[in-house]
Amino acid sequence: MKKAFITSALLILAGMLGSFRFEKGSGVKNEPINAGLKLPAGFEANAIAENTGKPRHIVVTKEGDIYVKLQRLVNGKGILFLKDENKDGKFEVQSAFGNYPGTGITIKNGYLYASSDQEVFRYKLNDKEEVIDPLNPEKIITGLKAGRQHQTKSIVLDNDGNIYVNIGAYSNACQEQDRGLRSKGIPGCPLLDSAGGIWQFKADKQNQSYPEGIRYARGIRNVMGLDWNQQNNCLYVMQHGRDNLNSSWPEIYDTKQSAELPSEVMYRIKKGDNAGWPFIYYDHIQKKKIIAPEYGGDGKKEGSKEYIDPIVGFPAHMAPNGLLFYTGNMFPERYKNGAFVAFHGSWNRSPEKQAGYFVVFVPFKNGQASANWEVFADGFSGLEAVMVPKEAQHRPCGLAQGPDGSLYVTDDVKGTIYRIAYNKK
Amino acid sequence: MKKIITTIILILPFVFSISAQVKKKAAAVKAAPSSVNALASITRGKAVYTQSCIACHQADGGGVQGLNPPLSKTEYVLGDKNRLINIVLKGLNKDVEIDGEVYSNPMPPLSHLTDQQVADVLTYVRNNFQNKASAITAAQVKGVRAQK
Repeated sequence: MKKAFITSALLILAGMLGSFRFEKGSGVKNEPINAGLKLPAGFEANAIAENTGKPRHIVVTKEGDIYVKLQRLVNGKGILFLKDENKDGKFEVQSAFGNYPGTGITIKNGYLYASSDQEVFRYKLNDKEEVIDPLNPEKIITGLKAGRQHQTKSIVLDNDGNIYVNIGAYSNACQEQDRGLRSKGIPGCPLLDSAGGIWQFKADKQNQSYPEGIRYARGIRNVMGLDWNQQNNCLYVMQHGRDNLNSSWPEIYDTKQSAELPSEVMYRIKKGDNAGWPFIYYDHIQKKKIIAPEYGGDGKKEGSKEYIDPIVGFPAHMAPNGLLFYTGNMFPERYKNGAFVAFHGSWNRSPEKQAGYFVVFVPFKNGQASANWEVFADGFSGLEAVMVPKEAQHRPCGLAQGPDGSLYVTDDVKGTIYRIAYNKK
Repeated sequence: MKKIITTIILILPFVFSISAQVKKKAAAVKAAPSSVNALASITRGKAVYTQSCIACHQADGGGVQGLNPPLSKTEYVLGDKNRLINIVLKGLNKDVEIDGEVYSNPMPPLSHLTDQQVADVLTYVRNNFQNKASAITAAQVKGVRAQK
């Protein structure tokens, strides 16, 4: 009896010790080649920072330091400043500031601009492009609409003192019952007066809101990736297309069509443009603007010619979260002035396989796409095929170009920041 | 003798926790539907799930980070049946926080589903995605639908 008790006590103890040792032993880590990414020949990738939280958009200073905007606060702060002080290829967080979560961040003419979901702030930079007073930014824009979907604000500046802000539509397809079965579109979609478009404001004026802004372009459901093309001095945006064609309109679209439609599109935007959401969507297979089922469409009827045509039509639901025109000199000549797009990866393709979770490249000539898009960096998900989004290890989101011409990509699942470089050999 | 008492004192908490676990399991097994009716309901519920739920909540019930809430092992699915039935019938248009993550996409009402379809899909969800909970009947759905 006595022996049995002692034995069992020893067994339990051994089991506890064993489990402790196991946990301790699992901390060892090997760095995979190219940080797990698949790249074209001659390119290499490194994870320059990990576990930074949920980094969204990113900007690299002329000194090679990094500002990144966090979607969720870490220790109460929403912007990280990172530096590679000892030049070992790993960046360390130097400071954190900005008590608001958000998505947009960019640098122009001596200021760092950053957005929350309702506001845009700017911080004066010194000659090394470091923020001088992180506690006291100027509030440039305030009071922007932010619903419970498409609430993020992406920002970019032109060369004439203006800033452009995406105000996403807080709706999928402007239905009477959002995402409902056979629910019709609200006539005229009144929310377009203050959302579902790109607004223009002055880059240096404080406390602007709708009365001071200009609705620069409308009928754009939601934009995360946007950039100013320096070659033709024009705004380009990536639209997140609508969801739920099958679950709302099962008689018109089967699950396969719903997974493939509508196209995720790139638009070149001029002042006054109307891209047509929610009344039409772009079908990249028929290469037509099709009337949305909420507004009388049947999957075939073409929409009005007044709506602009896209520059590029990508497959559906891939969620373009970052857009960057490459102006550097590090990559081979064919990349110059072309567009990189970070596709966060789909969810609205179930039960079909998910798509995206990669960075693509679109060759450009004189502001027009000159060839088909191609996958540039893949392997973020760590999976052969993504069936459910939750299993993806990493999801690309923001893009930035370093002063040496290298490309930076954020991941908002594990908080990894990648640097992609080209090695001349 | 002293040693034996010490050993017993050391082991006692483990014995209690093991027996508690066994009891919990027994209760769970009892609550899980095992009748032929319930199993048929689960099978039918899978078809409803594939038509009406999978696009957002995903094939594994894991949802989508920041957008569509997961259905595995959450209080919303395993807790109050009336609340769960109401979410399906009336939709949900507010932020949902589960394990520190906020989910904000709106869910439309699925009131076009019959009482039996709602019961089937919920019984399916409550017995999949690592869930194990009692069945929901068409009569329960009918009762909740009649309330308002």
